[in-house]
Amino acid sequence: MDIQEYIESGILELYVYGALTSKESEEVSAVLKQYPEVEQEVEQIEAALQNLATAAAPYNPEEMLAAIRAKLQNTNGVVQLNAASHRRTRLLSFISIAASVIFLIGIFILLNRTTNLRKELQVVEIENTTLESKLQYSEDALTETKEILAVIRDPQVTKVPLAGQQVAPEAYVNVFWDKDSNKAYIDAIGLPEPPEGFVYQVWSLKLDPLTPTSMGLLDDFVNNSNKVFTLENPNDSQAFGITLEPAGGSETPTMEQLYTLGVVEHNA
Amino acid sequence: MQPDELILRLQQKDEKAFERLYSLYSESIFGVINSVLHDVEASEEVLQDVFIKVWDNCESYSSKKGRFFTWLLNIARNAAIDKTRSKAFKNQKKNLTQEYFVDILENKNSFSSKVDAIGIKKYIKALGEDCKKVINLLFFKGYTQKEASEELDMPLGTIKTRNRLCINKLRAILVN
Repeated sequence: MDIQEYIESGILELYVYGALTSKESEEVSAVLKQYPEVEQEVEQIEAALQNLATAAAPYNPEEMLAAIRAKLQNTNGVVQLNAASHRRTRLLSFISIAASVIFLIGIFILLNRTTNLRKELQVVEIENTTLESKLQYSEDALTETKEILAVIRDPQVTKVPLAGQQVAPEAYVNVFWDKDSNKAYIDAIGLPEPPEGFVYQVWSLKLDPLTPTSMGLLDDFVNNSNKVFTLENPNDSQAFGITLEPAGGSETPTMEQLYTLGVVEHNA
Repeated sequence: MQPDELILRLQQKDEKAFERLYSLYSESIFGVINSVLHDVEASEEVLQDVFIKVWDNCESYSSKKGRFFTWLLNIARNAAIDKTRSKAFKNQKKNLTQEYFVDILENKNSFSSKVDAIGIKKYIKALGEDCKKVINLLFFKGYTQKEASEELDMPLGTIKTRNRLCINKLRAILVN
């Protein structure tokens, strides 16, 4: 291409005017990038036209920039703000996302830890309850034992040993009878465990004629660890007997199942 | 030199770049608008609209398509011509005669320091009537080569070479 001829053709002036078709313009743009002398020519044409146009301006509108900026703030405030701090916004949003993720992880860890602690607390609470009930049980047992000991030591309490009978020669029972409070403590450690569906029944006996009065049952025999049972005895007893009866007890003693029997000494 | 760096920053919505480009181009664009409208107040209004459009649509400029000045020129001419078509403007300018940039230059007394006032006046006097018409249509009115050729009843090629000679005269006075 003859560059000088190209320049002299007048196409560059039309290019600066914007009087060419967009296709022609793009072609000139390409030539301009390729040939510095063409670009220089375009710069000079442009400078001359800018000067001419400047001469036609009523004045230098520097002051109007403030008004334009104000309009931009009003009409495009949001867009402008976003665009101007685009990079900063991107960094900020990255930081925000990172912070959110860290925050969520933190919450997750805390939740996890809280759940674990709660579980541990539950275990400890259960252990505590167990220990408390054990303590209560021990205290109860101790109180009971103390009570029994007190009864045994009390000189006012009549001790009545019951001896084993035909069905259970090995059996023995001691009855501690507190006549003042009408209570009888039955120490049944020497009785065998009653078979399933049967229960021991304690009888207060008048000897002449033989009159039995039920004092009650040795309930829950298996689970009573020290095998001392407390029963009411307002009777004027002359002897005590213990028979094995069907569960729930009987109206009258089954004499064939008399396990122990003992007479109240009259020295007390 | 075309301030490519500034233009790139403008396209990234850099306000400082916008201000710099405004100070580089606003006065000449103001002149173009005023040459179309012959009304200072209306020109001020259009100039503001033009630079708001420049900010809003700066992504659409590409150096592959043409010069940044040409891009500004197109926005300014279109905005000014739109203004002449507005009802309010028509009513105001009922008795408008066929005026163009030459009248403004001839009647203008105060020139900014950027422009050699005496040179311009000389140029106007020295410039032939054909040159004035060609420059007015192609530069200030934004006619295509074909439109100008029809308007002035001149062959396409003649328009191109005639204009080249006119601009050369202009450059001789204004540049350096």
